[in-house]
Amino acid sequence: MSALLQVEGLKATYGASQALFGVDLQVASGEVVALMGRNGMGKTTTVKCICRLLRAEGHISFDSKDLRRLPAHRAARLGIGLVPEGRRCFADLTVQENLTAAARPGPWDMGKVGTLFPRLSERKTQVARSLSGGEQQMLAIGRALMTNPRLLILDEATEGLAPLIRQEIWDAVGQLKRETGMAILIIDKSLKELTQVSDRAVILNRGRTAWTGVLDDLSADLAQRYLGV
Amino acid sequence: MTRETLFNLAVLAGLVALPLYAHLADEPFTITLATRAVILSLAAVGLNMALGIGGLVSLGHAVFFGIGGYAMGILAFHAQNYMPLMETPFLIEGTKSMPLIWLAAVVASALAALVIGLLSLRTSGVYFIMITLAFGQMFYYFAISWSAYGGEDGMSIYVRNGFPGLNTLVPIQFYGLCLAALVLALGFNGALARSRFGLALNAARQVPERVRAVGLDPFRLRLVAFTISGAITGLAGALFADLNRFVSPTMFSWQLSGEFIVFIIIGGTARLFGPVVGACLFVVLEHYIGGWSDYWHIWFGLLLLGIVLFGRGGVIGLIAGKARAHG
Repeated sequence: MSALLQVEGLKATYGASQALFGVDLQVASGEVVALMGRNGMGKTTTVKCICRLLRAEGHISFDSKDLRRLPAHRAARLGIGLVPEGRRCFADLTVQENLTAAARPGPWDMGKVGTLFPRLSERKTQVARSLSGGEQQMLAIGRALMTNPRLLILDEATEGLAPLIRQEIWDAVGQLKRETGMAILIIDKSLKELTQVSDRAVILNRGRTAWTGVLDDLSADLAQRYLGV
Repeated sequence: MTRETLFNLAVLAGLVALPLYAHLADEPFTITLATRAVILSLAAVGLNMALGIGGLVSLGHAVFFGIGGYAMGILAFHAQNYMPLMETPFLIEGTKSMPLIWLAAVVASALAALVIGLLSLRTSGVYFIMITLAFGQMFYYFAISWSAYGGEDGMSIYVRNGFPGLNTLVPIQFYGLCLAALVLALGFNGALARSRFGLALNAARQVPERVRAVGLDPFRLRLVAFTISGAITGLAGALFADLNRFVSPTMFSWQLSGEFIVFIIIGGTARLFGPVVGACLFVVLEHYIGGWSDYWHIWFGLLLLGIVLFGRGGVIGLIAGKARAHG
C-alpha cells in the first residue's frame, strides 16, 4: 500500500517549549493506524501539525503533496477530516446546521451520516449544545465525514463517554473500516479496542516515535513502559 | 409559527399601516419620521450581518453609510449643475436617477468594505474595533477637507432624485421605496443566515479553528460578509441623503457607527428584526423625548443599560422569549 500520509522528523514547539522532537509515521490508503502514548507525549500535537493548526518542522505530505506551506483550510480540503479532542461542535447551531456548514461534495451526505449514527437523525433540529457528550461526539465525527475525507483523524473520540456510547463509536469506526476503505488515524487509550480495529500502531514517547508495528506484537514490557498498561 | 416570527410580522404590519394612516390623515411629517426609521433600520440590518452572524463589532460602519450618501450627493450635484463628473478618459455625467445612484452607492461602499475588510479582518476583538474606528475617522476628516463637495458644511441637493413610475416627492411613495429596500434586505439577510455560507460564518464566530479544520477559511467568510454588510449600509446612506436632500461629513461620524450598534443591541443581536426594532425605538424616543428635553440621550442611555443588564436578547428577546443565540 502506498502512503497517503507521510510524516518524517516532525518537530514542533509551543513558544519556548519543544513538544515534538522527531515523529515519524505513515498511513496508507484504507489503513487504520493507532497513534498511542501516555499523556503529554505529543499525540494531539502531532495531529495539530498534520492538520496545519500548529507550525512544525520536518516533512508532512498528504497524497504526495507537501502540507507544510498550506494553511489549515487548504490542507483539510485535500481530504483530511479531523475529529478534535473535546468535540467542539458549533454549539449554537443545530445538528443539521453543523453538518451542512461542513459539507463538501462526495459520497458522505446527511442521509449517510444519519445511517451511521441514527441518534443524529432523531435530533437533527436540536441545538448542539443541548446534546449529550456521546451525541456531540457522534456529531463531531459526522461533521468530519461530511467533508468527505480520505483520511479521518479521531483524537480521543471515546474519552469520557459511557461504555455503551463508547461501543457505539467503536462499532462506527469498525463499520467505516469495513465499508468505506477510508484511511483512519486514531488516538485513544483503549488498548483492547485499538488492537481489534487497527492494522498498525505508532507509539510516541517524549515527543518521538518509539515503536511502530502491529499491536498484537507489542510485548507486555513495552506496553508497560510506553503506555502504562 | 414562533412568537418571534409573529412579533416580526406585527412589526412589519406596523411599518405598513402607520405611514398609510398618516398618509390618509394628511400627516406627512409622521411619514418622514417613519422613512427615517426605516432607512436607519436598513443601515443597521447591514451591520447585523457582520455583527450578529459574524461577531464583527465594527465601529466604522458609518463609512459605508457616508460613502452611499456622498455617492448620491456627488452624482446629483453634478446633474443639477449640468457639470460632468469627469471628461477624460471618458465622459461620466451626474444623474438624478435613483436606481443608478443606488447602484453607484452599493458598488462604491462594497469596494470600500472590501478594502477595509482586507486590512482590518486580519485582527480581531478590540484591535478590529480600533481599526474600523480609525478608518471611520479617516473618511470623516477627508470629507471635512473635501471642499469641492461642501467640506465641513456639507452639500444640499435641491430636488429629490427620481424613480421610474413614481413621484418620489410624495412622502408615502418615497417611504414605499425605502420600505421595499428594507424588506428585500431582511429577506436576503434571513436567507443568507440559513444558507451554508451563513452557517459557516456563524460557526467561524464560535470556533474559528474548527472551521479551518473542515476546510473553510474564516477570513474569507468574514470578508464576504463584511463586504455585503457594507453594501447594504451604503444603500441606506444613499436613501438617507435623498430623504434629507443633504449630505455632510457627519454621515461618516463614529457616533453614527455607535448608534447602529446600539440599534442592534436594543432590538436583539442577530435577531432578524432586531435592528428594525432598535432603530424604530430610537427614532420614536428621539422625537418624543427629544421634544421634552435636549438631554434625551440620558433616557436612551438608561434604556440601553437596562437592556444590556437585564435583557440580553434585546427587546425581541424580552417579548418573544429567549431564542438560540444567533439563530
